[in-house]
Amino acid sequence: MANGTAVIAGKSFYEEGTTKSKSGIASWIFSTDHKRIGLLYLISIVSFFIIGVIIAELIRLELIAPGETIVDAETYNRLFTLHGVIMIFLFIIPGIPAVFGNFFLPIQIGAKDVAFPRLNLLSWWLYMTGAVLAITSLFLPGGPADTGWTFYVPYSVRTGSNVIFALLAAFILGFSSILTGLNFVTTVHRLRIKGMSFFKMPLNIWALYATAWIQVIATPIIGITLLLIIIERTFGVGIFDPTLGGDPVLYQHLFWIYSHPAVYVMILPAMGVVSEIIATFSRRTVFGYKMVAFSSLTIAFVGYLVWAHHMFTAGLSETAAVVFSLLTFIVAIPSAIKVFNWVATMYKGSIDPRTPFKWVMVFIFLFSIGGLTGLVLGSLATDVHLHDTYFVVAHFHFVMFGGAGTIFFAAMHYWFPKMFGKMYNEKIADIGVYMFLISFLTLYFPMFLLGYNGQPRRYFDYLPQFQTLHVISTIGAWMMLITITLVVWNLIHALRKGEKAPDNPWGGVTLEWQTSSPPPLENFEEMPNVPNEPYDFSHLTGIKDGSK
Amino acid sequence: MEANNISEHVTHRHRDDVGAKLGMWLFLFTELLLFGGMFLAYAVYRMKYPQQFHISAMEMNTTMGTLNTIILLTSSLTMVLSIAAMQKRNKFLSIIFLLSTLFLGTLFLINKYFEWSHEISKGIYPGSEVLLSKQNGEILYFGLYYAMTGLHGLHVIIGMIVLVFMLVFVINDNIKWDDYVKLENAGLYWHLVDIIWIFLFPLFYLIQ
Ligand code: HEM
Ligand SMILES: [Cu+2]
Repeated sequence: MANGTAVIAGKSFYEEGTTKSKSGIASWIFSTDHKRIGLLYLISIVSFFIIGVIIAELIRLELIAPGETIVDAETYNRLFTLHGVIMIFLFIIPGIPAVFGNFFLPIQIGAKDVAFPRLNLLSWWLYMTGAVLAITSLFLPGGPADTGWTFYVPYSVRTGSNVIFALLAAFILGFSSILTGLNFVTTVHRLRIKGMSFFKMPLNIWALYATAWIQVIATPIIGITLLLIIIERTFGVGIFDPTLGGDPVLYQHLFWIYSHPAVYVMILPAMGVVSEIIATFSRRTVFGYKMVAFSSLTIAFVGYLVWAHHMFTAGLSETAAVVFSLLTFIVAIPSAIKVFNWVATMYKGSIDPRTPFKWVMVFIFLFSIGGLTGLVLGSLATDVHLHDTYFVVAHFHFVMFGGAGTIFFAAMHYWFPKMFGKMYNEKIADIGVYMFLISFLTLYFPMFLLGYNGQPRRYFDYLPQFQTLHVISTIGAWMMLITITLVVWNLIHALRKGEKAPDNPWGGVTLEWQTSSPPPLENFEEMPNVPNEPYDFSHLTGIKDGSK
Repeated sequence: MEANNISEHVTHRHRDDVGAKLGMWLFLFTELLLFGGMFLAYAVYRMKYPQQFHISAMEMNTTMGTLNTIILLTSSLTMVLSIAAMQKRNKFLSIIFLLSTLFLGTLFLINKYFEWSHEISKGIYPGSEVLLSKQNGEILYFGLYYAMTGLHGLHVIIGMIVLVFMLVFVINDNIKWDDYVKLENAGLYWHLVDIIWIFLFPLFYLIQ
């Protein structure tokens, strides 16, 4: 290596670190190695995801019968708030960028680390601080927030629960997200390996890059909005509180100016991973590469202009409502461009449907349902009927969980061999995928029907005629719990007992497959070759027919 | 530059001044947006209660505000001079100008303290009876006044803490004439604090 620094050949980043202490927990929580930070995030994020799931199981159990079943109304409010806050701020927003982005962004562009390794570590510490704050409120008098994850005023200014903890948590997590974002933007601009122009970057990088911009541009708005509520609550300053002349609808605007783009922070990185997996397992270059790349940027941009579709029933002017409805329809176009290009990529590819690919198929199916029902909600007339019903709950679980969440699992299975150097049992993993699809539909599809028939969201009670559908959904929740346990167990088992993974188990062509599994501290023993085009499978022609 | 980065050892000193500045600009951008949210709230409420905003703005002490504007503008100048001195390899002068910047920052805060105390002595502070007996628009005006100038004051304090670190770095040669991107970034931050004030000043003190 240059500068005469000795990187001992054959040592992986597990055996060699950036800290003084060579092993033990300190070598992890103070490490500035992007791979270790990615794994720190992985452990934390999966843990919080599991806590979120357990809370969700309690929610579903309460809903198994009308009336009070296991918790009272007040506790129920706290449960769904905590579930929402954990799933949104601790799981799905940081999920793919912080774990897989951290681990693979530098490797895929041939860099040794991100641009600001220490800021990267700081962002994990901030993440943990936020998480701890959110969880501590559980054990304090007053209890956790009961406002819903949206913290709408005036209730969030009045309630006696510990909203400030949840608000501060979200604020700090936002800061963490901003640091990740500006780190990634700078890394992509400054640290690409020689020869990797923007249009040779893997689509995953394009997606992470677009996401990073949203993180930088949108997050400060929620930061200030939540901060203003904190100020309002602590000092009694009049800002949003209507009794002091404030305007609660202004709060909603500010909240959604961030929180709609935030859904693209969730879904764009997932779409990037999808492009990778489809290319690899179809053995074919991504159809319409540039279109897919640009559509990420378009989504990031137009996604910034649609926020008020969450407020159609909050007293928007008619003109504003029509404009926002139209823009909402327009933002569906770049998403559709992606889906069609993915399908075109598979056409005449030589498809090898391994586990990650199966996860992606589940994604396309569930995400399409989520996206199309989004259009139903984006239309003014139908939204008036469906607003704040279980139709919305079903819709956003299809998009977030069925979309981004599914790809979290897909990415886990795709990059597992690279990250840990072990293979998992693919049969069990495949069973996990099938079970996931079935449980998911059982759990959430009834919610569309419930909502269409008028069941409002955020209620611990319901009319007797809704019970059958609620029971089906709760059974789905149990199936989902079993599925998640199986999938996670299979991977943990592979960590301990799995066979050693080859460097390139799937025949991928992006740079991470040119290094060893797991990679060395500085990612590459020798500098990787940058291919002429991002997904070049031409070496396969002749071996496999039909590709290209 | 790029090839250079690749061949450098990351865990050792990795230097990329352009990257460092890019990161800083992105960060400043987020700070602007943070205040942007409050400016938006200000605009909305000003449209809603123009008359009452007018009445409240009459209460402000324009002299104090102007004085503080001059102080902050001057401190931006001394900041630039400190960097310029560093570029000219004059460590001593650089330190002097940094100290002046810190001094002006302190002056700003002292001034702000008196200004706030003055309002508070009139009974105008969040949740006070005097304030609550006023009209809605006035309550909002003062709510925003305290929130925005308060958050800005917080940024001045953070900026000063950063500058103290820079001072230490300059003194022990961690920042040198050929490696001063930290100082430049701190300067950028300080200018941001200044610029935000430049917007706060007319909104609260001049437009009546
Ligand atoms: C086993 C998995 C899950 C189950 C059983 C589940 C169940 C539910 C239910 C029943 C509600 C509605 C509560 C109500 O409105 O009364 C809900 C709300 C919510 N869920 Fe999930 N969920 C699961 C996973 C997820 C995941 C993975 C995410 C995010 C990626 C998520 C995000 C949310 C959000 C944001 C809310 C809204 C909370 C609020 O109204 O403030 N959920 N969940
Ligand atoms: Cu939205």
